[in-house]
Amino acid sequence: MNISRRSLLGTAAAVSALPVARARAQSKPVFKIGVLNDQSGPYRDTGGTTSVICTQQAVDEFRSQMQGYDVQVITADHQNKPDVGAGIARQWFDQDGVDMITDVPNSGVALAVAGVAKEKNKLHVNSGAASSDITGLQCSYNTIHWTYDTWMLAQSTGGATVKAGGDSWFFITADYAFGHKLESDTTELIKAAKGKVLGSASYPFPGTTDFSSFLVQAQGSGAKVLGLANAGGDTINSIKQAKEFGLTMDIAALLMFITDVNALGLDVAGGLHLTESFYWDLNDKTRAFTNRVKPKTPNNWPNMAHAGCYAGSLHFMKAINHIGAAAAKKSGKAIADAMKALPTEDDCFGKGSVREDGRGMFNAYLFQVKTPKQSKGKWDYYNLVQTSTPDKAWRPLNAGGCPFIKA
Amino acid sequence: MLTVLGFNIGPMLAQGVLGLINGAFYAMLSLGLAVIFGLLNIINFAHGALYMIGAFVAWGLLTYLGIGYWPALIIVPIVVGGFGMLLERVFISKLYKLDHLYGLLLTFGLALIMEGLMRNYFGSSGMPFAVPESLRGATRLGFMIMPTYRVWVVVASFVICIATWLTIEKTPIGATLRAATENPALVQAFGVNVPRLVTLTYGAGVALAAFAGVMAAPVYSVNPGMGSNVIIIVFAVVVIGGMGSILGSILTGFTLGLVEGFTKYLYPEGSGVVIFVLMVIVLLLRPAGLFGKAA
Amino acid sequence: MLMGFSRPQAIGLLLMVAAIVIAPMLAYPVFLMKVLCFALFACAFNLLIGYVGLLSFGHAAYFGMGCYVSAYAAKAWGLSAELCILCGAVVGAGLGLLFGLIAIRRQGIYFSMITLALAQMAYFFCTQAAFTGGEDGIQQVPRPSLLGFISLQSDMAIYWVVAGVFLIGFFLVHRIVHSPFGQVLKAIRENEPRAISLGYRTDDYKLIAFVLSTAIAGAAGGTKALVFGIATLSDVTWQASGEVVLTNLLGGMGTIFGPVIGAVISNTLEFYLSPFGSWVTVTQGVIFVACVMLFRRGVVGEIANRLKVAL
Repeated sequence: MNISRRSLLGTAAAVSALPVARARAQSKPVFKIGVLNDQSGPYRDTGGTTSVICTQQAVDEFRSQMQGYDVQVITADHQNKPDVGAGIARQWFDQDGVDMITDVPNSGVALAVAGVAKEKNKLHVNSGAASSDITGLQCSYNTIHWTYDTWMLAQSTGGATVKAGGDSWFFITADYAFGHKLESDTTELIKAAKGKVLGSASYPFPGTTDFSSFLVQAQGSGAKVLGLANAGGDTINSIKQAKEFGLTMDIAALLMFITDVNALGLDVAGGLHLTESFYWDLNDKTRAFTNRVKPKTPNNWPNMAHAGCYAGSLHFMKAINHIGAAAAKKSGKAIADAMKALPTEDDCFGKGSVREDGRGMFNAYLFQVKTPKQSKGKWDYYNLVQTSTPDKAWRPLNAGGCPFIKA
Repeated sequence: MLTVLGFNIGPMLAQGVLGLINGAFYAMLSLGLAVIFGLLNIINFAHGALYMIGAFVAWGLLTYLGIGYWPALIIVPIVVGGFGMLLERVFISKLYKLDHLYGLLLTFGLALIMEGLMRNYFGSSGMPFAVPESLRGATRLGFMIMPTYRVWVVVASFVICIATWLTIEKTPIGATLRAATENPALVQAFGVNVPRLVTLTYGAGVALAAFAGVMAAPVYSVNPGMGSNVIIIVFAVVVIGGMGSILGSILTGFTLGLVEGFTKYLYPEGSGVVIFVLMVIVLLLRPAGLFGKAA
Repeated sequence: MLMGFSRPQAIGLLLMVAAIVIAPMLAYPVFLMKVLCFALFACAFNLLIGYVGLLSFGHAAYFGMGCYVSAYAAKAWGLSAELCILCGAVVGAGLGLLFGLIAIRRQGIYFSMITLALAQMAYFFCTQAAFTGGEDGIQQVPRPSLLGFISLQSDMAIYWVVAGVFLIGFFLVHRIVHSPFGQVLKAIRENEPRAISLGYRTDDYKLIAFVLSTAIAGAAGGTKALVFGIATLSDVTWQASGEVVLTNLLGGMGTIFGPVIGAVISNTLEFYLSPFGSWVTVTQGVIFVACVMLFRRGVVGEIANRLKVAL
């Protein structure tokens, strides 16, 4: 058998096509921020490209303050699959020089990424995911949980619903880490208030678009409140179909973003209560931030997850300044520790802090969605009902079960 | 609430009715598959993707051309059916002489292409499609509130299924079709253009899938994954009903929808798997399916 | 010949081993390990389709269950690496025996449909069972040591283990095919009624081949779980089953090196296309169509045809 020159060339070409192990260049250190989120599925408007834009905004604004380093932003789609997300994180940390991964909505993916960040001693500043386990049972020195979590949502939206007389609940739950944690955090609150959970239905996530059988189950249970332990496109579909099926129950959209309200329309969403830690029209600073970012994303204004990418990245860079680029490059934990030591301040969340377990401590705002009559135009969607200060809004430090917090 | 043997009749009936709606889609889709398998001996893995394309074309007609639901019900099957005939002419017909499995693999590949393209352009969570004006609203049925649109789905699919069955069993063209399935060479000798008949049949099967897609748009919203979500279940329906049997597919489709619905009430965790369990049982006891002819 | 390899095949084998040794210096080891695991899975699948003529359309069920069990063994029981992989193989074999008993009785397209339905049932089991972790999967699986004391924390260390597992599996498939047992399998593929008339209990032969195939698939899955530290539902979907079919079709069904080349090509494509969203799916579809219409022998098959040898 002859090996021709052609086949040798072909083999060489084939080998060079294999993904290569990269060498690192020596010059000004560049920190890379990887925005990992869902860019094509049910969470694409909740996170998606707007998160990348907000992260880039933070980098551009901070550039003049960077002390001897530069920052780059890259992005990828995790498709709501933990193995895909973990694979991208692993490759980013190993091969592509990424130092910090942010956003990561979908608690299952977030937990997987947190594991990889711990393994590689890099940093994970989560903005988009919800599970309170991220700073609780699964806490890590390398993960900071910025924007919100299931406990805060349960406390705010759940608490308000229970106080208004909703003492019997039926849950429709996305069957993965987030849905279950949101359901359990809210159930704890309901039981503490002497209420009852009459039943719950878990549905496969992602991929379920028809909630009719669960809604009918809910109606049949006789509960006063329909608790939606889901988010994004699922919440939108659940609410729309609830209206279609003439559901008479109160709807508690435990996690809803302004981007969801925009998709639903005020005629359907008006009157619903929800909790976010950021709203563009809250004060002068939030309005200023929104005006800076708006032109780049005119059809999808920032919600709290997007704002969290901005604020978290800003604080990340301040932390690098604090300990110096060399130390920051070596250890993600060192950056995290600095982020916990420094108080936070930005146009989106105001003054706040990051707690020992990685929990970001900011105000939580309970909003009620405006009816079409009350709204003056697009994105004018919320009336502020109640503000919870950090001491009340978040789960107490010792109650989370975080292994490195001494009880 | 009325109880029988400890089960609440009301909620069980409600889940059954919702299951019937799913069953309507299973019936329409398996009908198209059965027609195609009966004549072409091809397992059309692309059936789910073509159903999805039907939904997207309906959405496109509405969004870009302002063409509403009712005209779409007629336009979409024709357009997508025509596309199906093109696929048959260009790709599928070249494989008739080979092992059946190649047809399966080809249509599988075509399905991947269609689904991947749609997902690239539209994302995976899809576009909403509003229920047409004339079918909005709901009726109180005592044990549940039934949106009018879903009643229409059951009625329309039932009518279409029966019409198709009648066409195949009772009309001359149907007889020619059935004869061509049994003995294509002989039918060709009688002067019938069998290849053209085959192409038209594939187109008709695809048109049925597209029709189902338009009907599905307001219920399941228009997303690229809607075909792959349902195709495996539809295969199970066709296999249980009998691979070439039209009546088998219709009856099995509706019945399995009901069974799935009741299972959602009685044992929700099993609702995803009950159809496959039934399929395995049927295949072991009656390999040709409940209504099929012996393999 | 050399262990049952003809001369061209032996050259191919040498090239393959050389590639395995050199590649980690040129390419990202974790990627290479993924290719090796899927190549082994493809070899196992090829045993059925290439040499027995059975298209199992739900083969990911065995791969995926191997993944889950191995991950669970490493995380919850703290078993060492080779035991975890063995667990994967045993579970793959057990599941294969159970499903095989049901499916083997039917031929052709009915066989494929039954395997698909059974795989779907396995998928639903995985979504419900507590130990699989549902949609989140089994995460943060620690990398166990080999034989209890050789650490596999470094990517290169575990690379050699994976390469070893792959080569063992590869040789195993080859030995099965080139044994008297393998000859009977080929006879069954060519003309089953004749084999029956010659007195062979073909169902038994087919079942044994099926179980061997699923065992190797389970081992491949078990290895993959240890490399990536995660086992999820993605591994048991029917789309994953479709991918292994594609790999074999592309590489060349019924050739020894076909599955390996197929795995290299399809994983490399996926690597480069994944930033572009669903273009991976579209490309896979195009390859399917192209292979079925024009290129039925697959890459290795075409090369073998040109060189007039068997590969």
